[in-house]
Amino acid sequence: MRISADLVCASVAALDATAAIAELRELSTQIESVVVAGRDGAVIASSVREATAERIAQAAQALVGGADQVRTDLGREALAQLQASTPDGSVFVVVDGTRMAVATTGTDPTVGLVFYDLKTLLRQIDGAGDDAAA
Amino acid sequence: MPRRKLVIPVVIGAGSFLGTVLYRRRSVRNRTRVDVYFDDGSMVSLAAGSPDADAMLPHAEEVLAAAREGA
Repeated sequence: MRISADLVCASVAALDATAAIAELRELSTQIESVVVAGRDGAVIASSVREATAERIAQAAQALVGGADQVRTDLGREALAQLQASTPDGSVFVVVDGTRMAVATTGTDPTVGLVFYDLKTLLRQIDGAGDDAAA
Repeated sequence: MPRRKLVIPVVIGAGSFLGTVLYRRRSVRNRTRVDVYFDDGSMVSLAAGSPDADAMLPHAEEVLAAAREGA
């Protein structure tokens, strides 16, 4: 007897930010909207309209600011990511040196999967920057 | 006697309703929180009602409201 299974491989090839977000929206059934922005709140790319993306980025920047204050108060290492859960849904933020990836989901999302997707998104955009510089 | 027969189901019904409302309120409160993860792998969970969470949750609600309105 032979058992076979289709393997699904996640691509981490370099993509520009808009293409990376489009791919993420296609793959993830849980993420409802995504914004990639600088830590200063400047929008880099998003899956929503510009005005909405700016509003999300500004609020996410304040959210990250609050989390950074908690980090300072507790004397912990740098902030990596956060999830804010509310009865209306969840907000996920993954940060790296200068950027943040923000996503919204419904209630009870698969937390690890959403964080993984956002980290992959930032890595893909990183790669695109490297390719462009080369 | 028939009056007593009516009172017992009403009391049981009211008790069940109250229990459901209290359980629901508690589960909503438990669900509202902010989990913050750091580079060293540690995490802190801030429940609604704590000063830090109460400062951050309005920003999360603003993100969700913006996403909903922009959809």
